[in-house]
Amino acid sequence: MDREIIEQHVTWEEYQRILKILGREPNLVELGIFSAMWSEHCSYKSSRPHLKKFPTEAPWVVQGPGENAGIIMVDEENQICAAFKVESHNHPSFIEPFHGAATGVGGILRDVFTMGARPVACMDSLRFGELNDSKMRYVAKGVVSGISHYGNCVGVPTVGGEVYFDSCYQTNPLVNAFALGIVKKDKIFYAKAAGVGNPVIYVGAKTGRDGIHGATMASEEFSSEEEVEKKVNVQVGDPFMEKLLIEACLEAMEKDGIVAIQDMGAAGLTSSSVEMAARGGVGVRLELDKVPTREEGMTPYEIMLSESQERMLVVCEKGKEEEIMEVFRRWDLDACVIGEVIEEPVLRLFWYGEEVAELPIKALTDEAPVYCRPFKVPEYIKENLSYDQNRIPEPEDYNEVVKKLLDSPTIASKRWIYRQYDHMVQINTVVYPESDAAVLRVKESKKGIAISSDCNSRYCYLNPYEGGKIAVAEAARNVACSGAIPRAITDCLNFGSPEDPEIMWQFVKATDGMADACRVLETPVVSGNVSFYNETTTDRGKRAVFPTPTVVCVGVLEDVEKRMTSFFKEEGDVIVLLGENVGNISGSEYQKLVEGEFRGRGQSIDLAFERALQRAIVEAIEKGLVKSAHDVSEGGLAVNLFESAFERELGFEVDFEDDIRTDFLLFGEDQSRIVVTVAKEKVEELLNFLEEKTVPAKVVGVVTGTGKGIVRHKGREVINLSIKECKEVYKNSLERKLTGML
Amino acid sequence: MKFGIPVYPGSNCDRDVGWVIEKVLGHEVRYLWHKERDLSGIDCIIVPGGFSYGDYLRAGAMAKLSPVTEAICEFAERGGLVMGICNGFQILLEAGLLPGAMLPNKTLSFICEFVHLKVENNEIPFTHLYEKGEILRIPIAHAEGNYTCTPETLKELEENGQVVVRYCSPEGIVSEEFNPNGSLNNIAGICNKKGNVFGLMPHPERASEAIVGSVDGYRMFESIVRSVLV
Repeated sequence: MDREIIEQHVTWEEYQRILKILGREPNLVELGIFSAMWSEHCSYKSSRPHLKKFPTEAPWVVQGPGENAGIIMVDEENQICAAFKVESHNHPSFIEPFHGAATGVGGILRDVFTMGARPVACMDSLRFGELNDSKMRYVAKGVVSGISHYGNCVGVPTVGGEVYFDSCYQTNPLVNAFALGIVKKDKIFYAKAAGVGNPVIYVGAKTGRDGIHGATMASEEFSSEEEVEKKVNVQVGDPFMEKLLIEACLEAMEKDGIVAIQDMGAAGLTSSSVEMAARGGVGVRLELDKVPTREEGMTPYEIMLSESQERMLVVCEKGKEEEIMEVFRRWDLDACVIGEVIEEPVLRLFWYGEEVAELPIKALTDEAPVYCRPFKVPEYIKENLSYDQNRIPEPEDYNEVVKKLLDSPTIASKRWIYRQYDHMVQINTVVYPESDAAVLRVKESKKGIAISSDCNSRYCYLNPYEGGKIAVAEAARNVACSGAIPRAITDCLNFGSPEDPEIMWQFVKATDGMADACRVLETPVVSGNVSFYNETTTDRGKRAVFPTPTVVCVGVLEDVEKRMTSFFKEEGDVIVLLGENVGNISGSEYQKLVEGEFRGRGQSIDLAFERALQRAIVEAIEKGLVKSAHDVSEGGLAVNLFESAFERELGFEVDFEDDIRTDFLLFGEDQSRIVVTVAKEKVEELLNFLEEKTVPAKVVGVVTGTGKGIVRHKGREVINLSIKECKEVYKNSLERKLTGML
Repeated sequence: MKFGIPVYPGSNCDRDVGWVIEKVLGHEVRYLWHKERDLSGIDCIIVPGGFSYGDYLRAGAMAKLSPVTEAICEFAERGGLVMGICNGFQILLEAGLLPGAMLPNKTLSFICEFVHLKVENNEIPFTHLYEKGEILRIPIAHAEGNYTCTPETLKELEENGQVVVRYCSPEGIVSEEFNPNGSLNNIAGICNKKGNVFGLMPHPERASEAIVGSVDGYRMFESIVRSVLV
């Protein structure tokens, strides 16, 4: 074979490895299969050694990493579990925002219902560049409408998410889609093929030429000229087909006979068949001419590598296939037997009776290359050590700063986005968007499920280790602020090229931090994915995204009736700050506002204290001591207070005594802080409780009915703003910016 | 009593309506597969929301052709109670059980949010437990809810009191400012002349339990039960 063709699939070194494993030259079909299975996306070849650091077990973990989704126990008494996972769809979403994002949602939903779980919630973690760029506005709008189109149609609510805007994402936006489903423990399905002679059934949409080499594409960086050509590689989603597939699969699972089931995601038929066989220690024989195709003349190579959406592969007990296929046909879906499980652990592919590939399963999975990539401290980290925040001038008008912060798209309300998502369908959503975490009730149970997606990549950029810790801690803190005990996380690790030692250093440090946080906070990693090569070559060199390890934390509320929201409830309630003010603005939205870039050492966090804080807030909510709880994050204390006042258009008056420069105090993003409100008569009880838990807390002010947000520092009034006026800015900023009405 | 809920491929609020009827209201539900025609024993049909057949054509345009819709039309002509929610409303329009049609929202985007509705007609079986002029807080979730019809039809609807609910402010002011989707005369729901067929864009099943933030939609279901059983 031509070296050029070989190198379009694998590296020259990898090809030598293939020759050694096979003892012969692969044909083109086989080479294509290797390229998909050995791609970064499927093989985790650069990340695997580091992912081992993550804790993955806890008494409530039912299924850790390695399956299509992770599963935790939610309600022991009723044996109700939650299956969930977050996955990236970054590359396709930049090339074709609408379909890229839509198919991201479709893919993650399939990962969840393939385990027997009915999907009940979606979330999306999005990263865009600055909105003064018309291309980025087009991308952002396209991504949102793609998610809206798909999620709304399949009838799974999109209950929350997060969005950041920073220039590092200008040519590499990130779209991380999360889904969660509910399943009874004894109804969980796995993707482990078994039973020699059992038929392999293909169900769902027909196979087309779309998405060929999607997995390989996701494992390369962009160079602008190529982008357009890659458009052909983006799959097109059909949420209607997906809805039918969900219903048909769940119905088929009610019947006896399904042995294993997996969706055809990245690398389509290749990865689904190989992974199912690998888990079961068996082989698979497929007759590719039996695969339903969308167009004529498709070759075995194309059929194996197509990433057409809404397709599943099912192994069922021999003799039960007709009954199973009948369910799919009732839903007007294609279903046909395309092969069988074989004893010999080999993938054997046939095309009208002729063998076109014969590959040992192990060669594609266990023997895939693993790279311990070298890493080194980036230059910018060293330069940042000398940063001194005292050099920035103190602002003259604090009111102006607050308004600007509330207007920044990262902080401003995401109403324009979530209004386009059906966040209510299935009537389980009991805390709607705008609060710290989304809360779902669990029908037929007293429990609730809280979900929050977080990652401040600015902190990760300035200090990947601390940033990784904070990503986990903040997601868990948001869940805790809703009254739920954080139970587990799923993650999506978005980085630049692992072949760059400075990027690799970010990856190693961030995952170190995450692992430490997961251990201390007892939130094991149950599923996730890695997305490398989020970088673009421009005429000014390479631009990689900030290290963005998105974390979605799932927590359980013992009693959903006790769920907590983040906004002020009543005039006269007392405002209490939990945690300590330090006044660090490194990596903050305020720093971006005044300096236009992120510098310094970033934020840091004490995990032992964070744990104590989270435990305390959950217990305080349980005891009915607080009426609102809102985590202090982007924009610091000032933004936190205004956000809390918007919902009911109440006011507040606070006075801080700290010996910290006023702007650092109000806009610093120090970690492990929560603002709560408490009824007057319960203040003593709350403070005593927190003292007992060794959580520092002080009364800082009161909720008023004046509609004014008033902040004093040591008695001096520094902020005095109308809540209504600020709410207008906060509520409409994103729409103004996205529609170009800056 | 027994409610029938048609399930088209792509229906996605069928279970929600079923949940409210069975678990909150305490009545029986039969799900009707789109290929079915048998409606025997059913007292009221609720056509649920969703994206029937994907709604790749005009919303509801495909669903009107399915066997179950034909049966529903016959059922309605015989005076049977038929309520359409969201996509269900769109289907009833396409099927000709209610006059008019839907345009895309004036925002050209999907909108999901709580809105306020004013009860304009409380004399039909679906709304008789409400006060006339009562303000309800119920969510909408649709991309095509911009109701339109000919001037003659609109005049007729208004004169006959067929406009059942209208979008309004929390205080009950009916104006363009509080019209989320651009519908004519702020129309959120209408009934036929006889009052046995009712369609609305908002989702009463999403406002039938305190835990989801509103119980204002519950009395629609309760109204049906009272009018059938009394």
